[in-house]
Amino acid sequence: MSQIGSFALLLALALSVYSFLAGVLSLVLKGPGSDRLGETARRAGIATCGLVALAATVLVTAAFQNDFSIAYIFHHSNRDLPAPYKFATLWSGQEGSLLFWSLLLSIYGLVLRMRHKTDRRLFAHASVIIAAVQIFFLLLMNFAANPFGIIQGTLPADGAGLNPLLQYPEMVIHPPMLYLGYVGFTVPFAFALGALIMRYPGEKWIHITRRWTMVTWAFLTCGIFLGAHWAYSVLGWGGYWGWDPVENASLMPWLTGTAFLHSVMMQEKRGMLKTWNVWLIFTTFMLSIFGTLLTRSGLVSSVHAFAQSSIGDWFVIFLAIIFSVCLVFYVKNRSHLRSEHRLESLVSRESSFLFNNLLLLVACFTVLWGTLFPKLSELVNGTKITVGPPFFNRVNIPVALLLLLLTGVGPLLAWRKTSFDSLKRNFRWPALGALATGALLVALGMRPWQDMSYVYSLMTIMLSVLVGLTVISEFVRGGLVIRRHTGQNLFASMVHLAHRNTRRYGGYIVHFGVIVIMIGFAGSAFNQDTEKEMSFGDKMNIGSYTLVCQSYTQEDKPNYGSEWAILQVFKNGKQIDTLYPERRFFKASEQNSTIVANRSTLKEDLYVVYEGQNPVTGRPIIKAHLNPLVMWIWIGVWVMIVGTVVALIPNAVPARVVVPARMETAPVGAGD
Amino acid sequence: MLRDTERRGSRQLRIRIVQFCFVSLALLVFLGAGDESARVNDLGHRMMCVCGCNQILMECNHVGCAYSSRMRNELVAAIDRGDNDDLVLQGFVQKYGTTVIAAPTTKGFNRVAWIMPYLALVGGLTGVVLIVRAWRTRPLLVPAGGAAPLRGVELDSYREQARKETEGV
Repeated sequence: MSQIGSFALLLALALSVYSFLAGVLSLVLKGPGSDRLGETARRAGIATCGLVALAATVLVTAAFQNDFSIAYIFHHSNRDLPAPYKFATLWSGQEGSLLFWSLLLSIYGLVLRMRHKTDRRLFAHASVIIAAVQIFFLLLMNFAANPFGIIQGTLPADGAGLNPLLQYPEMVIHPPMLYLGYVGFTVPFAFALGALIMRYPGEKWIHITRRWTMVTWAFLTCGIFLGAHWAYSVLGWGGYWGWDPVENASLMPWLTGTAFLHSVMMQEKRGMLKTWNVWLIFTTFMLSIFGTLLTRSGLVSSVHAFAQSSIGDWFVIFLAIIFSVCLVFYVKNRSHLRSEHRLESLVSRESSFLFNNLLLLVACFTVLWGTLFPKLSELVNGTKITVGPPFFNRVNIPVALLLLLLTGVGPLLAWRKTSFDSLKRNFRWPALGALATGALLVALGMRPWQDMSYVYSLMTIMLSVLVGLTVISEFVRGGLVIRRHTGQNLFASMVHLAHRNTRRYGGYIVHFGVIVIMIGFAGSAFNQDTEKEMSFGDKMNIGSYTLVCQSYTQEDKPNYGSEWAILQVFKNGKQIDTLYPERRFFKASEQNSTIVANRSTLKEDLYVVYEGQNPVTGRPIIKAHLNPLVMWIWIGVWVMIVGTVVALIPNAVPARVVVPARMETAPVGAGD
Repeated sequence: MLRDTERRGSRQLRIRIVQFCFVSLALLVFLGAGDESARVNDLGHRMMCVCGCNQILMECNHVGCAYSSRMRNELVAAIDRGDNDDLVLQGFVQKYGTTVIAAPTTKGFNRVAWIMPYLALVGGLTGVVLIVRAWRTRPLLVPAGGAAPLRGVELDSYREQARKETEGV
């Protein structure tokens, strides 16, 4: 079976090389044969997808058939591994995840090549660039990290098993989402580079790219937050984000991708920031590759770099090639990227995009800098240091607050120029609402003078209210105008409004999701935790809750043995729930893992971890956390996804209405 | 004249309100007084557990972790002894190495870690302001002899631009 997989990968490499070379020749050569050559290149690209899919199918089948003669299956699976995790074996280790990356890239390539009639020449350029990226991953799998490597000598009876931390339902969908995000940025990169190489006239490539970027960005957003939820549910330290290098690796392309989604509007609307946008998308793609380098090479130490090897050198060379190619074509064709218009005022939508981009890039630079600084310090000083959460929080929180402020201000600014009076008119009520919220929170017992984290928390909530009110006022004002014309109720009018300009109002919904998430983050300043050795009948108090230990129990399953506590939860003397924090011992890998018991409400999470038994006293240890507002984060993510989906829906053709004698005032900042 | 005086008065009032807000904010930030448990918590969050879990000392939750419980006890003992924050951290560095501190110090080369993000922000802000100023003063190309009436493709391109800029109004 491994031979089929190996052969499929080798053939896929040959076809990718053909697709690249024939594609380049068809673009360079003139003459009647070049079109036919280009078509063969396109078909070779499509065939590559089939072969990579075959290789992936072979690997998954081998996992289900417990074929431990394949080293990868031996290292990442075992006989008693449940079926969903056997499927997840595909991306659980290095070789498999490279194959998975290659598979996703070939699927993206397939979709792109099937839609080539949209713009044959531009798509041919993009197809060639995707083939080049595909060649890199296929070279890696064929010569450096073969997923079908065979175990020499006696065949093992059972596999070493999957990493226990990965045996959790979210791990079946978190990596695919993240990879769809990482890999997906190859497509906008390919279009951007292709458009630059061919000096593409007009902004059509931007329209094509924007949709791909939004979909990719949505996948990456889902991937990042699924990872955060997994960390929260499995790692058992009570948090969802630890500024680990691997987490940082996923955040960096997200930040630059977000910057691109904003600044690209300036190119579409005003023909400005062309060079900036091209480099933003180049950087985003390079950061995706860099993320893989961080995860795979062991360049920096991380708790969840699940696969490490020496393939880092390959990625460094690949990154150098990408950068050189981008730089060469930029220098050659930079005259094509001149801005068509000038900026007229500092108080305008254009300026807000510039500042928004600046802050997102500073945040990205800070994350990159903090991630790599231990290595730099080691090189300069000879001593290794740690750059952990205190550094990232201290530097990034103020930047995030400024971004939040811009999220409220930016959409209310008009293109070209906004008058101070209009600013005052639009911000009076949201600003008063934010101040009133701050005063109310202090009156309710928030004490910002006790700790800097409380100050940040208060400011986050106040700014979130400001942004929320500006978003709501935009919907309501636009909805009222539509209601006057159509006679629909306000809600239907707002839906109608959103449908007329889905991108703009979808964007507002995404912003609303962001503030819901930020409120969730603000709650972390008030986290509490306590730990106690608990025998039967023992009590533990945390916040307004009392936990009473009912009993402990054990169970033996084929894949793991588990023990868990049964804890009754009381509030105001009344039992409201029973929690079952669990600890598992995985037999194949001989490793422990925790399954957290979480009572989640809008107000707070009661998060309980069974930490096992104290080796000295033999008594079980329970750790409880009270984490306010965490549920808001997960709700906010859903709101962001809904907003992205709305933004992807094509605009409805605006209904023709009779122009009234008195012209209605459009909402300020009309347009995207 | 009266209006001028009124306007000046209201401006001064506004400046006074802004000053009041700044002073209040500064007081809120700097007047916090910490007790011992707050110090343990604060210092414990400025250090890493050295067991290899990559977690902040106060957040390491591994049962049987050979380090975190011992380190927390050492931290409490150091504070009970009356050591100041610097002395406590220094003691941990001597015992467990430089990686025990969760963030770079503000001494020597490590200062660069803190300076660079702010430098990037300030440099970026300056850059944006300069770009905006350059763009604002950039002359528009106007054909000699005044603007000719627009026709054909050029007129279409302006129509397209107007459509884009007023989309959604």
